[in-house]
Amino acid sequence: MAIEGVDIIKAAAFLGAGLAMGLGAIGPGVGEGMAAAKACEAIGRNPKEAGLLTRTMLVGQAVSESTGIYSLVIALLLLFVV
Amino acid sequence: MGFGAIGAAIGEGLTAAQANEAVSRKPEMAGDIFKSMLVGQAIAESASIFALVIAMILLFTNFSTTSYTMISVVLGAGLCMGLGAIGSGVGSGFPAGAACIGMARQPGMSGRLTTNMLIGSAVCQTPSIFALVTSFILLFTDFSGRPVSPTWAALLGAALASGLGAIGSGLGGGLVAETSCQGVARQPEQTTPVTNVMLLGQAVTQTTAIYGLLISFILMFKGFPATEAWAPPMALLAAGLCMGIGAIGPGVGEGFTARSAVDQIARAPEATADLTRVMLVGQAVAESTGIYSLVIALVLIFVV
Repeated sequence: MAIEGVDIIKAAAFLGAGLAMGLGAIGPGVGEGMAAAKACEAIGRNPKEAGLLTRTMLVGQAVSESTGIYSLVIALLLLFVV
Repeated sequence: MGFGAIGAAIGEGLTAAQANEAVSRKPEMAGDIFKSMLVGQAIAESASIFALVIAMILLFTNFSTTSYTMISVVLGAGLCMGLGAIGSGVGSGFPAGAACIGMARQPGMSGRLTTNMLIGSAVCQTPSIFALVTSFILLFTDFSGRPVSPTWAALLGAALASGLGAIGSGLGGGLVAETSCQGVARQPEQTTPVTNVMLLGQAVTQTTAIYGLLISFILMFKGFPATEAWAPPMALLAAGLCMGIGAIGPGVGEGFTARSAVDQIARAPEATADLTRVMLVGQAVAESTGIYSLVIALVLIFVV
């Protein structure tokens, strides 16, 4: 296979995009799961506060989602812009 | 095989440790506990037996053609099954251990505990069965007619997608089954809702493994045009890696969520509806990064 400059940059960008999104998905996935786990525990202990707890859970998850979205943005940049 | 053995060894170790603890708490139940430990370990072991089978096939098959495609088939089948067995091996160890402890606490419930454990661990095994299916397809399909250049990467990507993707779901499913066994032991009258929510929660944790399987099927069965460049094969390899690694986090995270939900349903039955709803909402959010990975993998395969 011939190795040319543009080709090798594209190959590296694709590999980088896959790794960025794949690795970037681990943290938010685990973290959001933990947030939801604690919300379930709290609702089980104090069912009256279910509304407040659900809201807090969603806000917390939205914040921990942000790094996943950064990974998505970087992956899309690597795929379509570079 | 090496990776596969790690998972099974950890899982069985967990089970044996908890069985010992259980026996020391209720020595008169030692026989039943021992039996349940062995059944649970046998299930945890099955994932590593899958890995052994694949390793044997790899060792004793006479691969006549040495091409890059063949190398990636062999490497892929081994990696896929080895990685895929880790999660299920560890995951199945959790419910088996919890069932042993539960038997010591509630000897009368041993029948239902065993049933619950078996259902829970069977679900944990599904991702490793996905990996087994992928390995078999890799080994027994004739890829020689395909162009070498993007095909080697597609096959390796397929193997990584279902192998890595199985880790999270296997582990996550095991966490759910563990607390459901504890719940059944603690609140025998809550067995039905606990088992139902366990299955629901496990089903959601399996979704990312199914995305991995989907991507690996696309990579294996879609014909890709021959190419001389490096970019297309790297895109396919990256698609597999992206989906495989991306599936780990949501699988584990959703397992944590369902674990707590099941635990609380056993403790606070009156909150079952609220808990199930919050569990599903929380899991849906945790799933989002898995879906991003799926999107990027599909873009890598079909768009770029």
